[in-house]
Amino acid sequence: MSADIAHGFRRKLEVHDEAARSRLRRARVVLALGPVTAIAGVVWAVAQPWRLTLLHPGGQGFWWLFAEPPIYVVLVGVLFRLVLAPGIVDDLLDAEP
Amino acid sequence: MILAGLQPKAEMVHWWFATGFLILGLLLLSEALVGPEVWGRRPWRRYLWPGFLFGMGVLMFPVMTFFTNSAIHMVAHGAWAQVMMFAGAAELGVVRGKLHSQYWRLASALGLAVSGTALLVHEQNHWFFARAAFLHHALGWTVIACALFPLAQAFRPRSLTAALGFATTFLVVAVLLYCDRDSAAIFGHFSFYAGVPHR
Repeated sequence: MSADIAHGFRRKLEVHDEAARSRLRRARVVLALGPVTAIAGVVWAVAQPWRLTLLHPGGQGFWWLFAEPPIYVVLVGVLFRLVLAPGIVDDLLDAEP
Repeated sequence: MILAGLQPKAEMVHWWFATGFLILGLLLLSEALVGPEVWGRRPWRRYLWPGFLFGMGVLMFPVMTFFTNSAIHMVAHGAWAQVMMFAGAAELGVVRGKLHSQYWRLASALGLAVSGTALLVHEQNHWFFARAAFLHHALGWTVIACALFPLAQAFRPRSLTAALGFATTFLVVAVLLYCDRDSAAIFGHFSFYAGVPHR
């Protein structure tokens, strides 16, 4: 193998590695989106507990018990992580460089 | 009167739509991160956010019908319903392959521009009247400014910045809508005419 061919081969490998690393980074971000969203919801619930009427349900009507914004945020994050993120990451890591 | 007792408060509807925009933002952010090719590997995933946007447009019609505080509210809610459905339908047409031009993304830019204008026009009170008024002004200007992102995508479909900006727009809108209360102070300001303040 000549030096030129070896050099070209190594450069291809480096490019391939860089693409794989980039995909891995993006996969981590996608996997983190759901947990970060859910944590934001938990932090919100702790910071403003009065937004959760379930914590003081006495005298609340149906809509006030149904409308629990911090719980919505947590649910969106959990569902995104469990339902969508795994498939997206699988497809990303399987993709050709 | 009976209906007024049964229907949820306006702030609750804002929170439900905030949840919808949060979902939209996460979907768009994921698509921007992995790229349209990877995103489209599972055909159902391509229909997810355009279908969701279309559905939110459909759900704006009951809002238009039941939350008619004034004529301008009805016009604004009706305009949102139509532009959200139009933008969603245009994107659905593109992913289905029925529409081919990249310029259909202009429908989303139009949707944001019309939504922002409607937000500003139908808010009759000044910025510091109450939190709801502040948020309507903030949302209106944010959405109008962010219409630049889908506008940029129409001309540069591969732009990562525009795609991330478009996704972030919906996340910001979600946060602002979650902050809404029917009557609450904003930065210590609360008009005497705004009712009983809540936290």
